[in-house]
Order: sequence, then structure tokens, then C-alpha cells
Amino acid sequence: MRLIVIAVVLIVTCVIASRAKLVPGRAQSIVELLIEFVHGTIIQNTLGIREGRRFAPFLITIFFLILSMNLAGVVPGLNLAGTSVIGLPLLLALWTFVTYVVAGVKKHGFAGYLKHETMPPGVPKPIYLLLIPIEFLQVVLIRWASLTIRLLANMVAGHIMMVVFIGLTQGLLLSGTWLILGSPFTGALAIGIFGFEIFVAALQAFIFTMLAAVYIQMATSDEH
Amino acid sequence: MILAEEEVPGYKLLLPEVPEIIWTLIFVIIFAVVFLKFVLPRLNAVLDERAEKIEGGLKKAEEVQQQADDLKATQEEELAAARQEAAGIREKARQDGARIVEEAKVRAESESERVLVAGRQQLSAERQTASAQLHSEVGTLASDLASKVVGESLTDDERSRRVIDRFLDDLESSQTATR
Repeated sequence: MRLIVIAVVLIVTCVIASRAKLVPGRAQSIVELLIEFVHGTIIQNTLGIREGRRFAPFLITIFFLILSMNLAGVVPGLNLAGTSVIGLPLLLALWTFVTYVVAGVKKHGFAGYLKHETMPPGVPKPIYLLLIPIEFLQVVLIRWASLTIRLLANMVAGHIMMVVFIGLTQGLLLSGTWLILGSPFTGALAIGIFGFEIFVAALQAFIFTMLAAVYIQMATSDEH
Repeated sequence: MILAEEEVPGYKLLLPEVPEIIWTLIFVIIFAVVFLKFVLPRLNAVLDERAEKIEGGLKKAEEVQQQADDLKATQEEELAAARQEAAGIREKARQDGARIVEEAKVRAESESERVLVAGRQQLSAERQTASAQLHSEVGTLASDLASKVVGESLTDDERSRRVIDRFLDDLESSQTATR
């Protein structure tokens, strides 16, 4: 199922990219709109233009992959978001983790990076006893784990909600009693949730990419 | 999912299975490689190229505008120069005209003067000739008349002419005195 999504997305984007012209057609405009959105809204707001150039390919790739996988959840026939099984969110989160750790170590050195992330300046000395373990745990575990679980839970929840409402509608409609009267309402709700899922798919792709950019920015920034 | 027969414990949702991870990894790598190596560079190139084109177009428009401004300034300058020249030419023409009229006037005056003088000279010359001729004719006539009156006594030409001349001179001088 993911193979289908990946194949479709890659073929479409490859066709668009190979036919890319100076004066864009409609399809090219949409893809460019998304790229410009990631560039303008996510990357430049967090990393700035100069740093952003280095990480833009990574972030845009992640954004497109998550967006297409999320949207697979609302495509009839596929019905299950690629990100609602833990493998994909976990891998993407780990990829992000590796990216920001490598970027941070490259910039500050290994010890310097640890100090940079775990010992924010301007804090009274004794607090470090508390702060260092928390920050360390946050860097090595909580960040990528939260990325994974946030994306996974959102997509699973959306899937379950759709299943519940569509199943409920079907059950009411076929119940053969006066409960049939309730089915239009649940059906309308199911359609509403369907639309909501499309929104969530885009939103989660945006949040994941945004947080990845923020983590990279935190790792490579000069000061907190 | 609603058709799932056996109960699956909830925590399994968070535990990845090895084959799933491997397949996902393969898919992610394929996607990432194609995206990073082909799609994004291509699209970015197009985006950059477009930005460049737009920038170039703007710059070119600016240049053309500058050229147009320069051209206009030059033209205006030339126009002003031409106007000035025309004014100069007009002024000179007026002066020339005045001068020519003046010259013509002077020439005409001198010409008329000359004609007048010539006429006067001719007149006086003619008058002299006429008076000389008259002089001799009157002399002859008077001597003829006198000889007819007094007979042959005045045939002595020499003497009679002297007499007549004296008479006429007297006449002339009296005439001048009375005038």
C-alpha cells in the first residue's frame, strides 16, 4: 500500500520536475506552492535563509513524504495513512534526530554540543543538577519519540474516528428499526470528519517539519 | 479494522515489527533518493532561474527606462539648441533685411542725387549752348536789321560786331542786375 503511494507521488513529482518550465502549468504551480510554503513559512522563520539552504532539501522531502502518506488515509481504496503504522513516523523521527545531532556536533564538537544542549546559560548553578538530565533525556529520546507518537497518534485517531462514524452509519442504516432516522446525522459527521482528516493530514505534516526545523535550529544556534 | 477477529493489545501500536521497519526503510530511502537527487534540484533550478529571469527583466526594464530618459534629455537639448539657432537665424535675417533696405535707400538717394546733378549739368550746358547760339543769331539779326535801317554804312563787319557784342553784354549785365 505504501508502495502505491510512493510510486504515485514519485511518478507525479518526477513528471512535473522533468517538465518543469519557467512559466509553470497548474500541476507545477501546486508543487511549487508547497515547496515555497515549506521554504517561506517553516524554514525561513526558524533557520533563516542562510542556514535554511543547507537543510531545505531534507525538510521539504520529509514534508512531502508525510503529507502524501497522511493523505493516503483519506484516499478511497487506500484508506489507511502510511503514517498510522509506527514504522514510518519512527524512521522519519530518527532521521530528524540524526540530522540535528550531526548538525550540532559538526558545529560545536561533541562535548560542545552536549554542553550547548544540556546547559542553557543564565541559570543558577544548582539547577543544573536537575536540568542536565532532563535536557539530555529530551535531546536523545523525548524529541524524536514525541515526533513519532504525535504523528502516529493523530493519524491513528483520525482513522479510528472515520471507521467509527462510517461503521456507525452503516449499522444504523441497516438496523431496520427507527434508528435508521439517525443515520443521516452520523453520515454527515463522517463526511465532516473526512474533511477534518484532510486538514489534519496537512497540519501534521506541517508540525512535523516545523519541529524538525526548530530542533535543527536549536542544535546549530550560537546561543539559546 | 472492524472486521478484526482477535483482540490486539493497545501497546502493540507502539511496537514496530522488524519486517515493517525494513520495508519502510526501503521505501523511505527510495523516496528520499529520488526526491533529493532529482525532483528538488530540478524544481529549485527552475525556481532560481525564474527568480533570475524576473530580476533580469526588472533590471532590463530599468535600463531601458534610463535609456529612454537619456534619449528624451538629448532630444530636448537638441530641440532647445535648434530653437535657439532658429531664433538667431531669424534675428540675423531681420538685421540683414534692415541693412539691405537701408543700403537700397542710400543707393536710391545717391542715384537720385546723381541723376539730379546730371540733369542740372545738362540743363546748364544746354542753356549755355542756347545762349551762345542766340548770342550769335541775335547779333547777326540785329546787324542785318540795323544795316537795313541805316543803309550800307554798317557793312564793315568787324566794327559792327564789336558794337553789337558790347550792346549785348550790356544787355546781359543789366539783365543779371535786375534778376
